[in-house]
Amino acid sequence: MQDRITAANTKTMNRFELTSRLVKRLDEQTAVVAGIGNTNFDLWAAGRRPANFYMLGSMGLAFPIALGVALAQPQRKVIALEGDGSLLMQLGCLTTIAMLSPKNLTLIAFDNGIYQITGGQKTPAQSGADIVAVARGAGLAGSAWAADEADFDGLIEAALASGKPTLIAARIDSEAARATTHRDPVQIRERFMVGLGVRTAM
Amino acid sequence: MSEKRPWDQVVLDTLKQNEVRLVPYVPDKVLGSLITKLHADPAFTTFPTAREEEAVGIVSGGWMGGVRGAVLMQTSGFATLANALASLAVPYQIPLIMFVSERGTLGEFNFGQALVCRTMRPVLDSLAIEHHTITDIDALEFIVDRSIKQAVATQAAVTFILSPLLTGGKVFAA
Repeated sequence: MQDRITAANTKTMNRFELTSRLVKRLDEQTAVVAGIGNTNFDLWAAGRRPANFYMLGSMGLAFPIALGVALAQPQRKVIALEGDGSLLMQLGCLTTIAMLSPKNLTLIAFDNGIYQITGGQKTPAQSGADIVAVARGAGLAGSAWAADEADFDGLIEAALASGKPTLIAARIDSEAARATTHRDPVQIRERFMVGLGVRTAM
Repeated sequence: MSEKRPWDQVVLDTLKQNEVRLVPYVPDKVLGSLITKLHADPAFTTFPTAREEEAVGIVSGGWMGGVRGAVLMQTSGFATLANALASLAVPYQIPLIMFVSERGTLGEFNFGQALVCRTMRPVLDSLAIEHHTITDIDALEFIVDRSIKQAVATQAAVTFILSPLLTGGKVFAA
């Protein structure tokens, strides 16, 4: 694994492919919180898991929600998936996560430089900001760009084992999600709580 | 006993009795003494966030993970929350507990604070979020204790608006 701070020379990958690879590697216990729009749609498309949470609004709150889960259940690994535009809405949360430094939280940012779901407008970060450099600057020292799919797998493995919160960024294409999440917030929340062992199924 | 405790101690004790453990906040001068006491008490995980929305996300995740939380903020901070309330706390039926130190009334010196205060109750009412404006320390424990229990039992958000009549508020220093 290289110490990769900039997006240069990283492969442009696909969100569904990366999400599917991620989900296949996870045990049932690992919680996954996915942000608004295509990010959670592709998590849904990658196959239902009891410990998945799909966000249907509140743009930018995937990392904070995942942080809350990680603090509540320090023994459970928690992975948060977020889009670059969403992350820009809530960059301050990176400093909160760095300050608290939960051992069980890994952050993944899918970066295509656009607001894909609203018509593909460029984000203000596209002109030269680097979200891994931002994450490192916020205090998440081990953050890195994934060079390709195999590197993505390796970075996640290392992040989960590191005992430190880390942001892994992947450059992705602008392909739409493969499916659409069933938009029933109460059912999503209840199933997630069952998946986390907080509730038993009715 | 209870009438001898200051308002901040009553809030802390009532949170503890109701097993509220996770208390993120965006700082506020009036809430300062409560924040200091929460930090000093190992029963609480309390910390600042950069934005109120973030704190709402954190306690929502915490509650789904089995730990109760509450968010502390001031009036202007509440005004940043309409989207997070309407798209996360309310539709997902999360018992979000909020304490808002009320600025903008009873001696406000900043016109912007006075204006933003007027948006708070209409936003809460428009989403049918239960809210109580607490002015009297003798009613404080009853309102907070009962309302936290109701929030959890009914999976609905609740807001405690802490009036300057309770806290003393923030007075014009110049």
